Amino acid sequence: MNEVAPHTLNPKIGRAPGWQGIVADWSSDQRAFKNVSWGKAMMWIFLLSDTFIFGTFLISYMTVRMSTTVPWPNPSEVFALEIAGHHLPLILIAIMTFVLISSSGTMAMAVNCGYRRDRKKTAILMLLTAVLGAAFVGMQAFEWSKLIAEGVRPWGNPWGAEQFGSSFFMITGFHGTHVTIGVIFLIIIARKVWRGDFDDERRGFFTSRRGHYEIVEITGLYWHFVDLVWVFIFALFYLW
Amino acid sequence: MSQPTTRNEGQHHPIRLYLVVWVWLFILSACSYLVDFFHVAGYLRWSLILIFMALKAGLIVAVFMHMAWERLALAYAILVPPLALLVFVGIMVFESNYTLFTRLAFFVAGS
Repeated sequence: MNEVAPHTLNPKIGRAPGWQGIVADWSSDQRAFKNVSWGKAMMWIFLLSDTFIFGTFLISYMTVRMSTTVPWPNPSEVFALEIAGHHLPLILIAIMTFVLISSSGTMAMAVNCGYRRDRKKTAILMLLTAVLGAAFVGMQAFEWSKLIAEGVRPWGNPWGAEQFGSSFFMITGFHGTHVTIGVIFLIIIARKVWRGDFDDERRGFFTSRRGHYEIVEITGLYWHFVDLVWVFIFALFYLW
Repeated sequence: MSQPTTRNEGQHHPIRLYLVVWVWLFILSACSYLVDFFHVAGYLRWSLILIFMALKAGLIVAVFMHMAWERLALAYAILVPPLALLVFVGIMVFESNYTLFTRLAFFVAGS
C-alpha cells in the first residue's frame, strides 16, 4: 500500500531552484521530469499538442476574417436571444461560459477531495462536473440548430462573409467534441472512484496498477483544458 | 522552497483557494460580457477583452491545473512552445493584410 518507487527516496532529486533545476532536469540521463508521474506528463504533452491544433484553427479563422472584403456578421447579434420580451445580445454564450466555468470549479474540488481520499465527495463532484458539461453540449446543440434553421452553412450565411459559417462550425464543433469526450471520461473515472477501485488497488483500464487518485487529477487537467480553450474562443470568436 | 510532498499524494491545497479562483473567473467573465453589453469599441474593447482573457487563462492554468506547483522543467516545457503560436499569429496578420490589400485592389476596384 505504502510502496514508494525507489527514486522518490533519493534525496538528490529534490527540486533545485530556478534555472539550475531546469538544466539539471533536462540534462539528466534518467527522466526529464523527476517526481512528475508519466500519466501526468503524458496528459500535459497531449494537451500541448491540442493547444497547437486549436491554435491553428483560431489563427486560420483570424486570417479569413481579416482578409475578407465582405462585412463579418456581428456575433453579438447573431447569438442574441429574446427572453421574456427582452432582446439580450450574446446571452446564450454568456450562460454557456458560466456553466463551463462552474464545471471547472467542481472539477478542481473533486481533485482535491480525491487526494484526501474522500471517495463519495470525489465521485459526486465529478458527476456534477459531467452534468454541467452535458448541459454545455446541450446548449451548443441548441445554438447549432438555431443557426442552421436561420440558414447558416459552412459555405454561407444570411448576414455577410461566408467564412463565418465554416469558422463557426469548425471551431465550436471541435470544442464540443472535446467536451463530449470529457463527459464520457469523467463518468468512467467517477464510476471507478465510487466503486472504490483506487482504495482496493483494483487493476484495470485507466486505473493504472496501483491504487492512487492521481487519475482524478489527470482527468481534471483535460477538463480544465477544455474550459481554457473556451476562454480563448469566447474572447476571439464571440467578442471580437 | 515549496516542494510537492511525494509522487503518490500530490497537490494538497485548501478548498478555499479553488473557491476564490472560481469567483474570480465568474467576475472576469462577467466583465468580458459587459464589454460587449455596453458596446465598448475600438482599442479599449480589444485591450479589455484580451486582458480578461489572459487573466482567466492564467488563473485556470496556474491554480486549477496546478502549474504553479509543478516542477519548473515541466512548466517551461509546456508554457514555452505555445509562445511560438504568437509568432505564427504575427506572420498571419501580415499575410491576411496583404491578401485583403490585393483583393481590394483587383476585385473591388476592378469590378
